Amino acid sequence: MTENGAQQAGVKRTVIRTVAVLIGMFAFAFALVPLYDVFCRITGLNGKVDTTAKAIIHEEIDQSRFITVQFITRGSAGLPWQMSVEARQMRVHPGQTAEVDFTFTNNSQRESWGRAVPSVSPSSATTHLRKVSCFCFQEQQLQGDERLTIPLIFQLARDLPEDIHTITLVYTLYPVQRVALSPVNNNKSAGDSI
Amino acid sequence: MAPKLPPQHSLQHSSTAVAGGPSQEHHAHVAHPKGVMRWLLTTNHKEIGSLYLIFSLTMFFVGGIFALVVRAELFQPGLQLVEPEFFNQMTTMHGLIMVFAAVMPAFTGLANWMIPLQIGAPDMALPRLNNFSFWLLPIAFTLLLSTLLMPGGGPNFGWTFYAPLSTTYAPASTTFFILALHIAGISSILGAINIIATILNMRAPGMRMMDMPLFVWTWLITAFLLIAVMPVLAGVITMMLMDINFGTSFFDAAGGGDPVLFQHLFWFFGHPEVYIMILPAFGIVSAIIPTFARKPLFGYASMVYATAAIALLSFLVWAHHMFIVGLPLTAELFFMYSTMLIAVPTGVKVFNWVTTLFRGSISFEPPMLFALAFVVLFTIGGFSGLMLAIAPADFQYHDTYFVVAHFHYVLVPGAIFAIMAGVYYWLPKWTGHYPNERLAQCHFWCSIIGVNLTFFPMHFAGLAGMPRRIPDYALQFADFNLLSSIGAFFFGASQLLFVLVVVLCVRGGQKAPAKAWEGAVDLEWSVPSPAPLHTFETPPVFHRAQSHD
Repeated sequence: MTENGAQQAGVKRTVIRTVAVLIGMFAFAFALVPLYDVFCRITGLNGKVDTTAKAIIHEEIDQSRFITVQFITRGSAGLPWQMSVEARQMRVHPGQTAEVDFTFTNNSQRESWGRAVPSVSPSSATTHLRKVSCFCFQEQQLQGDERLTIPLIFQLARDLPEDIHTITLVYTLYPVQRVALSPVNNNKSAGDSI
Repeated sequence: MAPKLPPQHSLQHSSTAVAGGPSQEHHAHVAHPKGVMRWLLTTNHKEIGSLYLIFSLTMFFVGGIFALVVRAELFQPGLQLVEPEFFNQMTTMHGLIMVFAAVMPAFTGLANWMIPLQIGAPDMALPRLNNFSFWLLPIAFTLLLSTLLMPGGGPNFGWTFYAPLSTTYAPASTTFFILALHIAGISSILGAINIIATILNMRAPGMRMMDMPLFVWTWLITAFLLIAVMPVLAGVITMMLMDINFGTSFFDAAGGGDPVLFQHLFWFFGHPEVYIMILPAFGIVSAIIPTFARKPLFGYASMVYATAAIALLSFLVWAHHMFIVGLPLTAELFFMYSTMLIAVPTGVKVFNWVTTLFRGSISFEPPMLFALAFVVLFTIGGFSGLMLAIAPADFQYHDTYFVVAHFHYVLVPGAIFAIMAGVYYWLPKWTGHYPNERLAQCHFWCSIIGVNLTFFPMHFAGLAGMPRRIPDYALQFADFNLLSSIGAFFFGASQLLFVLVVVLCVRGGQKAPAKAWEGAVDLEWSVPSPAPLHTFETPPVFHRAQSHD
């Protein structure tokens, strides 16, 4: 019967270990959410943009290269806003600081909150795009029928890879429920962006 | 006369192993519930194995009917039979039912029946848990199927349920879908724990790990894959649940989430999942080919290592499902090469099967026919997989019928043919009768014609650019789809033959001896046919001579 007892103990040990792995993997799935975010932010993969303001680096402007920067704005079904940009595309030198105006219009009578979420393509350009000031750092509030123009000030770093000639910046508007959970770094970065 | 093998009794273990009369009587006076309660409360691995297999076969027909609705709609261009919304529910449900309710429970059923018999254990390590993990399944899939009757319909976002299609834009029944998948996932996890505990602790004295039959080995590795990835699936669907009902934004860009994260998490589960559906098939085929080639399996150890290598690599290739989401070049290259690397251990396996056949004394009984068809047709599916692995080519093939052709080649004549081969192989052990040879041969030839007629034209439709999951198509794809639909109905109808063979075999037929197939060597052939309810109550003595090295 001791052999049977040893077998029972073995089964128990196996079960405990597999259940531990199970719990670990379930936790790992959730841990991947922040890890993925951090990974994308550090490497600039997936076009994830750092939503904190950068200081202007005073470096020599690379006059030999022109980079075409395109702007695309997209609305959202849940938000009666329109977003437009003064120029669909502009040509800048690496190192040069550029400014472009975006206009937000609230087409409804009611005040509402929204947020423009950026994405950069190609993703390898993400870390070289330094945003000095951007409306995307914080949530916006528009009164009914209000129109608001906010500039985007950015700089392309001089170490932008040679094979990049065009950078596309996409802003998608999303409604924000002020009561709902909002990303942690929103309000914190709002102050130091100006 | 069919090439029936001469009955060769070799009950070398009968003195020690087989629980004969006395032990049967010993159990006779334990009060067994009758009728439904017997099945509801059973803790016997053979009865639970049968329950799994019957459930799986039922769901195979349910999922098959969904597929036939899809094929009927695609019979000719234009929208004729069903609404596009219902078409979407059918493609989704077909995938979900076939993956989670047909293929996976079939393998678990075979594992329940055969693993204790193959390692000389009296039962599974945790018999009550075994009962629980089976009975979760009918609950899960009744719930899942009931969503079709709910207002707004059932899941319509494809079996991969990509967010935000499955969160923001999903029908109201999605929460039920999530619950059903949670229950099914718990069932698989409990099954996997049980299988690991059984294999690691309950082998016959003297049986080392490297003496285990390959079906046991492949299932052990599969169970580890289940333990590793089912919790990730549970995590993903929990995040979906929270996004839908509790206002979080895991996959919602508005709140700082990322829809691409969903795809990463899903395929981190999803790619090992597709190997969960094929590794046990490798084990079944590795049992059948040596038996009917009357030669020991070539390269037993390399088979074990190749299986383990495939399992490990399966964690490193998930993003090959996402080549067009905008991965950076480095990631595209990494996932392309790691995917191609899987062809190496898979090639080892195919080589070993072919080499086992080489100069073998081969006979072509139904299990062998299905196993040989598996080797050929699975390899075709493997080759189209290699084509899809090439990232730049995948930009063209992505989401076309070429992908549909690829994964149906590895799942239908792959996983499902292997299951059928296993059923034909072990039916004599389960029922004590050989399956009707003529009907089984007929089933095989109808299946192989049906499967190729259905899925081979899909390669061409896909290469020509026909997108998947769309109820209508351009006129130039009409001929391919006509052939596919005819093939699908032929294949579906010929599976009724399978049911007929199984029912006839349960009810009677040519009596099978303990060792039903001449070349069979594993331990299960040392117990009488049909296997008594309780076997190996005294552990058998395992003879190294019959091991693989």
